[in-house]
Amino acid sequence: MEIILQNLDLFIFLALMVLGYTAGSIAEKRHYKSIHRREKELVKLAVVTAEGRFREGAVKDSFLVNGSTVISNDYFKRLLAILRNIVGGRVKAYESLIDRSRREAILRMKEKARAGGAHMIVNLRLETSTIGRSANKKNRVGSIETLAYGTAVVMNRP
Amino acid sequence: MIMTNIGSVPGKKIVEHFGIVQGSTVRAKHLGRDMMAGLKNLVGGELKGYTELLQESRQEAMDRMAEQARQLGGNAVINIRFATSSVAQGAAELFAYGTAVRVE
Repeated sequence: MEIILQNLDLFIFLALMVLGYTAGSIAEKRHYKSIHRREKELVKLAVVTAEGRFREGAVKDSFLVNGSTVISNDYFKRLLAILRNIVGGRVKAYESLIDRSRREAILRMKEKARAGGAHMIVNLRLETSTIGRSANKKNRVGSIETLAYGTAVVMNRP
Repeated sequence: MIMTNIGSVPGKKIVEHFGIVQGSTVRAKHLGRDMMAGLKNLVGGELKGYTELLQESRQEAMDRMAEQARQLGGNAVINIRFATSSVAQGAAELFAYGTAVRVE
């Protein structure tokens, strides 16, 4: 008991790390599962980065769609990333984070397009920015916003 | 108001150009949301409060852009681009710009 009291800050740090690790990895697994399921559902809705040319009378309607997410890393992974700064190399903890966030943003955009009855999305653009308290500080990645936007096109098909 | 982010409105002919229109908002989040986000920072994952906030602000920026286009006499905005920047601690600027045109 005395040891715990003497090293209280260390124990709090460890508890935060364990909490971050377990909650973070559970959340990540669940999120990837849902991403894979929804990507399969929406695979028929084509998304391209090209502008595309359409014959006259082929298009019924077009509108702008966007989807965005703000995502943040957990305590444990942040520590891993800091350690990575010493030796350099791939920071896997952040790779998966940004990957998830971006795919989620695209999925949200596609869901909006489907709700509007679109057949495809042309000229997809992706954008990433850091926001929040740590946005303007050096060597810190806080919350990341990813935005996906494009033009949804409804074709004049029978 | 028709909005696209490509250089034309698919299936419609552009008859008049009005030049660049833009809209922007600078937003800060309120304390409650900030605290929740701080807690969420421990475990990671999506910060839903921020996502909603940014979507609202982006919509407002687009509304302002559309209003500007309407005043010029346009009925569509093409080639829309978005930009985000953090201007101060805890505040973000959302910016939308495009070309106002009139289509048939």
